[in-house]
Amino acid sequence: MRAMVYRGPYRVRVEEKDIPAIEHPNDAIVRVTRAAICGSDLHLYHGMMPDTRVGHTFGHEFIGEVHRVGPSVQNLQLGDRVMVPFNVFCGTCYFCARGLYSNCHNVNPNATAVGGIYGYSHTCGGYDGGQAEYVRVPFADVGPAVIPEWMDDDDAVLCTDALPTGYFGAQLGDIAEGDVVVVYGAGPVGLFAARSAWLMGAGRVIVVDHLDYRLEKAREFAHAEPISFTEHADVVRHLKHLTDGLGADVVIDAVGAEADGNLLQHVTSAKLKLQGGSPVALNWAIDTVRKGGTVSVIGAYGPLFSAVKFGDAMNKGLTLRMNQCPVKRQWPRLFEHIRNGYFKPSDVITHHVPLEHIAEGYHMFSAKLDNCIKPIVVPTAAA
Amino acid sequence: MTYTPDKPAIAARSDELRARIPGWGADLDPADRPSVPRERFDPSFAGAHWEYPEQQPEKWPRERSVEHTQLPPVFGTAQPPKGLSGAIRKYAYAKYSEGQAAHWLLLIAGDRVDALESGVRSMLTLHPDNPITETGVVAEVKRHGLRSRLGRNRADVKHHWMDPFIVGAPWIAGGAAAYLFLRRVGRRR
Repeated sequence: MRAMVYRGPYRVRVEEKDIPAIEHPNDAIVRVTRAAICGSDLHLYHGMMPDTRVGHTFGHEFIGEVHRVGPSVQNLQLGDRVMVPFNVFCGTCYFCARGLYSNCHNVNPNATAVGGIYGYSHTCGGYDGGQAEYVRVPFADVGPAVIPEWMDDDDAVLCTDALPTGYFGAQLGDIAEGDVVVVYGAGPVGLFAARSAWLMGAGRVIVVDHLDYRLEKAREFAHAEPISFTEHADVVRHLKHLTDGLGADVVIDAVGAEADGNLLQHVTSAKLKLQGGSPVALNWAIDTVRKGGTVSVIGAYGPLFSAVKFGDAMNKGLTLRMNQCPVKRQWPRLFEHIRNGYFKPSDVITHHVPLEHIAEGYHMFSAKLDNCIKPIVVPTAAA
Repeated sequence: MTYTPDKPAIAARSDELRARIPGWGADLDPADRPSVPRERFDPSFAGAHWEYPEQQPEKWPRERSVEHTQLPPVFGTAQPPKGLSGAIRKYAYAKYSEGQAAHWLLLIAGDRVDALESGVRSMLTLHPDNPITETGVVAEVKRHGLRSRLGRNRADVKHHWMDPFIVGAPWIAGGAAAYLFLRRVGRRR
């Protein structure tokens, strides 16, 4: 089969690989029809995530058709059109039993601090991902779901991470009616978080980024007030001014490890890898939120330490909430919202990239060329 | 204002928002939010038909965190450790817990060694690394590299000029240190 492989920082190519085998009785092999490149894939691509091995196939957002199943699989049939959450999870460990699927203890030998994620380094379990023609899906009775007939492929692939993570981020904020919500990051997850904030009753939603075309999308897609942090010498002070000195009730960090806007933070993390991530957006979030407010973190950070302004968080009495999204928990309610027209996930897709051209897709997305917001990868056989 | 009890008028009215934004307030009641409360005990929700899953066969001594008391029942088998990078990785897993920075710093060092090893190894194959195609730099031409950057007030563009020096600095420093070390060893002999 053809598969994207990592060759080192900023380098990927497409190679021939064996079609994955059934390795556990509850495995399925899925023939991929759509995959996505996620903003968090760029942390791998830039060499920031520890134990990212040469030869690894990225891709934790994908859908496809069931190609093979292991002997204990009961809930899927060959040929089923399925969406697969980015979490690999067992369904019954201490954490899964409580709905914390992203914190599963039974799928990642490499770390206890993080669950299993497809195509996201050995730190997340050493599973090859879905930017390929086929992918191994463990616990096939637990993770995947048959895609509703009324849902098209481009909407479905965004239900595997970007949309549920944004929706989850708004939930972590514990938004109450009339709250002022600030979202840092106008990538797909930030856009979905901003849109979700309205569903939870926000009274005002502000999105902060530095890319003009993404801010325009925030205005048009998420009905949010866009603010470019490069147009203000001190964006936190500007946001305080907009909220009459109070600060926002809820701030969502949808940026994560490679945040720009502070040269020292950006260089020591994104470039020199001396921090687990550049906490510029997180520090701005801590400074922007009102005393007693809530900061929700859905941007991804690496496992190393980061220079976070924890004293401000403590002195302001903040609630800090965060996690990788337990995707499957979000699906029933999200499907209702999509059917009701509250979300059209594929509205954030800007590019379809053939798998064979994935190196150019990564560069375009990483360098933010051609007004790219969300690139979808299409394997040759599925085109 | 902030110095008095009432919240300042900094948000729109709910009835106005409900009329303007599709779905406004659909999840106003926290009971309708799927991750509220955060923990909800329901082992059958996701479709599992086991209490503890069957064990996946271990085909080689799978490296694992010392914080795991056993090999988890399911694990990835992609890219088994090999070469010097593999030795560094196995040492990081065997020696240090996830709470120690040495664990992660060794794994990052292993990644850099892996990239070097793999680059050298690829030279001996019919499919050597190609920095032009693998970096996807052609997208700069096809996807409007200049137009995407110039006049857009992008934060990253402001430090583009220094990025190569910053990224290259540790490699140059490492190379210089190795040169000085080898020269000193050579002189002693």
